[in-house]
Amino acid sequence: MQDQIFELQYAMDTFYFLVCGALVMWMAAGFAMLEAGLVRSKNTTEILTKNVALFAIACTMYLVCGYQIMYDGGYFLSGVTTVAGMDDAAIAEILAASNEAGFGDMGEYSGASDFFFQVVFVATAMSIVSGAVAERMKLWAFLGFAVVMTGFIYPMEGSWTWNGDSVFGLFELSYSDYAGSGIVHLAGAAAALAGVIVLGPRKGKYKADGTIMAIPGANLPLATLGTFILWLGWFGFNGGSTLKLGGIGVANEVANVFLNTNAAAAGGLIAALIVARLMFGKADLTMALNGALAGLVAITAEPADPTPLLATLIGAAGGVIVVFSIVFLDKIKIDDPVGAISVHGTVGIWGIFAVLLSDADATFGGQLVGMLTIFIWVFVTSIIVWFALKAIMGVRVSEEEEAEGVDLSECGMEAYPEFVTQ
Amino acid sequence: MKLVTAIIKPFKLDDVREALSEIGVQGITVTEVKGFGRQKGHTELYRGAEYVVDFLPKVKLEVAIADSLLDQTLEAITKAANTGKIGDGKIFVTDLAQIIRIRTGETGEEAV
Repeated sequence: MQDQIFELQYAMDTFYFLVCGALVMWMAAGFAMLEAGLVRSKNTTEILTKNVALFAIACTMYLVCGYQIMYDGGYFLSGVTTVAGMDDAAIAEILAASNEAGFGDMGEYSGASDFFFQVVFVATAMSIVSGAVAERMKLWAFLGFAVVMTGFIYPMEGSWTWNGDSVFGLFELSYSDYAGSGIVHLAGAAAALAGVIVLGPRKGKYKADGTIMAIPGANLPLATLGTFILWLGWFGFNGGSTLKLGGIGVANEVANVFLNTNAAAAGGLIAALIVARLMFGKADLTMALNGALAGLVAITAEPADPTPLLATLIGAAGGVIVVFSIVFLDKIKIDDPVGAISVHGTVGIWGIFAVLLSDADATFGGQLVGMLTIFIWVFVTSIIVWFALKAIMGVRVSEEEEAEGVDLSECGMEAYPEFVTQ
Repeated sequence: MKLVTAIIKPFKLDDVREALSEIGVQGITVTEVKGFGRQKGHTELYRGAEYVVDFLPKVKLEVAIADSLLDQTLEAITKAANTGKIGDGKIFVTDLAQIIRIRTGETGEEAV
């Protein structure tokens, strides 16, 4: 009878990873739509291509070597039990281990589901970069960067944080980050910032006299849809990071994570909308969308412990920070068409420290060292890779190509073709 | 034969079309255009950056008519497109050297 319960627990916790992983995969669609909506129509095909391709590259590179680097899962997932590998003997082994461990612990679950849940996080981190470098980067340079980021840069910092490995044998982190405000979001933003610095702003964005030119997005319905999709997917992102469902305490934790994730997004959106109204005199939809995402990023490092009210406020703080960050980055001529560096970087940092508001075990020093380790590692390695790509193939399209749109130069295909004669 | 080109406010298109129908005008061509005259643009805001939208959306109507219909056409368009506010538009009248109906090959006044 106990064996049957163990089998059920295995199935439930495996299923939970799979469903949450599928939700996080759906976030890829969210990013794609958000970015497609905020770029100009002449650059839409290219950013969609970047988004679908980076997802595929992330899945493949993490399978090849990323999972091994981060979790010792084996190159080409040699450590994951295949269908053939889960024979009666293997099942008996798992049941024996479960009986020994009892019900208190993490429990057993499918290694394949663990990989599936982890790999979609890699894709999320990588997709943060695509928005910041939009409208002027060479597609294949970006994809080249994606190979290195998903196969090496992210897995390394992931191994020091979520896998507890020591950092090059020098020190260990005592860093708390439930679902990855730092490990995923700040990391993505650091890579994005490095990319934008090497790439430069879009032509015509910053005038010589310091005026900031508006380059409005072509499709706000898509941007809004993308935000809602991200919001939905985030339930898997944070919810799945509880890593287990089968148990009263842990199921309640999962429920609170969902609740707080939602509350933070709501708080972030309201705050950003109000701040934008006060700063600009009008309700800026794109700021509201960024605000919701900022709220989500802010709560991601600790979505379980806060009370719902605190979660709302943490999200709201994120919403306030993101608006100021977006305006500030434009002032220092860091051109980020979708606000990715602000949403995921600036607010990612806030999320890392917001942990201290509800988690008694986290320390300021631990969070600070963790944040700096992630940021410095990702930023420095990224800058090196971007410069290498620049030397090898160039990272920026020509001025002419930028003017006629990267859809034509990189993809040879318009997203919204007009003057069609058939 | 004359070609009457009118730039009007987009929401006036239906009124103008009806008015032209009433006086017997059988066909028009419509294009979405942008432009400005003495009606200045307006300022929009995108993520904190202000920008002036100089070019306002308008509709351009082109209608080929027989000389005999010219005055009625001008009156119909003027009355229907008028709002009294700045930006109502303009009408240009040009001579048409030739008209040909593609399907039948008719030319001149018969092709109007």
